[in-house]
Amino acid sequence: MSTAPVIALDAVVYAWPGHAPCLDIPGFAMQPGERVFLHGPSGSGKSTLLNLVGGVLTPRSGQARVMGEDLGRLGSSARDRLRADHIGFIFQQFNLIPYLSAIDNVLLPCRFSALRRERTRPDGLHAAAERLLQHLDLEPALWRKAATELSVGQQQRVAAARALIGRPGIVVADEPTSALDEGRQLAFLDLLRKECDSAGAALLFVSHDRRLASHFEREIALAGINRAAATIVDPHAHVRSLPPKGVPVSLEAARRETG
Amino acid sequence: MKYLIALAARSAWNRRATLSLVVVSIALSVTLLLGVERLRNDVRESFAQSVSGTDLVVGARGSPLQLMLYTVFHMGEATNNMDWSSVRKLTAHPAVDWVIPLSLGDSHHGYPVLATDQAYFDHFRYGDRQTLRLAQGRRFSAIFDAVLGAEVAEHLGYRLGERITLAHGSGELKLNEHADKPFTVVGILARTGTPVDRTVHIGLAAMEAIHLDWQGGAPIPGMSIPEQYVSRFDLTPKNVTGVLLGLKSRAAVFAMQRYVGNFRDEPLMAVLPGVALAQLWQLLSVGEQALLAVSALVVAVGLAGLVAVVLAGLSERRRELAILRSVGAGPRHVLALLTLEGLALTLTGSALGLILLTGLTLGLAPWLESRYGLYIHAGNLSAEEIKLLAWVIGVGCLASLLPGLRAYRLSLAVGLTPRV
Repeated sequence: MSTAPVIALDAVVYAWPGHAPCLDIPGFAMQPGERVFLHGPSGSGKSTLLNLVGGVLTPRSGQARVMGEDLGRLGSSARDRLRADHIGFIFQQFNLIPYLSAIDNVLLPCRFSALRRERTRPDGLHAAAERLLQHLDLEPALWRKAATELSVGQQQRVAAARALIGRPGIVVADEPTSALDEGRQLAFLDLLRKECDSAGAALLFVSHDRRLASHFEREIALAGINRAAATIVDPHAHVRSLPPKGVPVSLEAARRETG
Repeated sequence: MKYLIALAARSAWNRRATLSLVVVSIALSVTLLLGVERLRNDVRESFAQSVSGTDLVVGARGSPLQLMLYTVFHMGEATNNMDWSSVRKLTAHPAVDWVIPLSLGDSHHGYPVLATDQAYFDHFRYGDRQTLRLAQGRRFSAIFDAVLGAEVAEHLGYRLGERITLAHGSGELKLNEHADKPFTVVGILARTGTPVDRTVHIGLAAMEAIHLDWQGGAPIPGMSIPEQYVSRFDLTPKNVTGVLLGLKSRAAVFAMQRYVGNFRDEPLMAVLPGVALAQLWQLLSVGEQALLAVSALVVAVGLAGLVAVVLAGLSERRRELAILRSVGAGPRHVLALLTLEGLALTLTGSALGLILLTGLTLGLAPWLESRYGLYIHAGNLSAEEIKLLAWVIGVGCLASLLPGLRAYRLSLAVGLTPRV
């Protein structure tokens, strides 16, 4: 595996059209296989950052590289392919497509990425998915069940298996433990770290809960690296009930707070 | 693409309760649209098949369409009669090949009674110039003989030898029956798919005989002539409703029409069947177009329902779309997913509509046939119907683009982080 950073942001600025910049990161890099805890309360530009890394948005200025590719120079479908090939996402909750079985949810990335399909080759698609589910402590009886029949904790483990299948270079987890009760948070985190290690994936773990930070090699505060958010650090942001949190709305909120 | 189709199908199946209503509304609208079109076509076909080989229809001067409808299709209102002497003169005309006199007015259980003569069996043509064929028995020869159309015999369950009585007029009033002079069924015609099937045929002399003791549409009080004495009277008809004319040469048709139009003894007219039918279609076309337009609107409403339901479901599917985006689906995949769903719903609805239409035509055909003499075909789609169906599917496809494009824009704006 190469030693070039899997994610490298260099003087990246993003602003929604007609708005002041909400993201201004002078520099940020993640090495292959690295585990980074990103402390990002609401309003710190977290959504924008994730959409940038995922190649859904492109920076207004500066350079964002994912797996060495300059996102600004790729077309939108090339960025979609890059995301499909190299990044696994886990979200806070409702991670699964409700009408697919657990195993079909795990296999989703392989439907959109030939590369990840290829990487399951030695085992075969289903065997690879089943092995991951097994490693993540999901009993075989649940594999064929509809996503909606699983508990929240089981759903998160299925989501982790989906993020890991086909060994992507990067796993991005956005508050994956906040819907779990405390006892299960650490267990889930352990499993996730272990599987990222064996897949050789770098883990970008985004959370507002700093108690989990000690399990990571590196802790970064988004507010610290994002100059546009430097003035809006609000320790209570996550407890306050915000208006519906579509990207533009939360950015509006961010802007309001910036004044 | 194959996986997107499977995904769209499973997503739709997950919301089947709502979507099945959309499918049903599209199915019903397609049934209506194609049903109207089929009825329109088959009605025309039925009419056009009813008479062929007749050059002119002659009757008392009046509305050509009314004469045609009454004499050939036994529909609409009675026309004035023409004198028997005129029939004789027409028969004697050198350009005339044959004459079929027609006398209408009585009925049997709602079926019209047609009094005519042997020329009817010799010269009447329908469809592709086919002659009438007896399925059973023989032509009428004695005064009180009757020959039944296929539908009359089948529906009323009559066999040869059956004794039947005729009713005066359309037969709503039981009082006005010719009960004293029953007829015997001597022949049953083979099915033709024309009004002939729904007709009771008797001789002209019989028509005269049952009305001997009648005057002005009612029996003459205190006068009754038993059936065994009728042959003592002169049973030559005094007048008939109209005649069908066959010419020796079709080229003479306009000359003959002029001759009839200038007839000196009484005001007559001669109608070309094709011209009268064209007049009928013209009369009906406004109604047909309106009916077709209304059914097209109903289809539009069905498709609007489709768009509304798929669009409404979209807000609940933001998370689903964000998940698909996160695993690598591009906005174009999202567009395809939603458009495929709409297209699949349109196709399913159309297929269901076709099945419904076939079921309805199969179910209603016997009733339409016996009640209205209309022959509606089930099964094969006509070119026109295929064109309409293609329109529905094409418009459905375009309509499905609306939710597709909305989802496309949504997936760009929401990206990977939809509101929970």
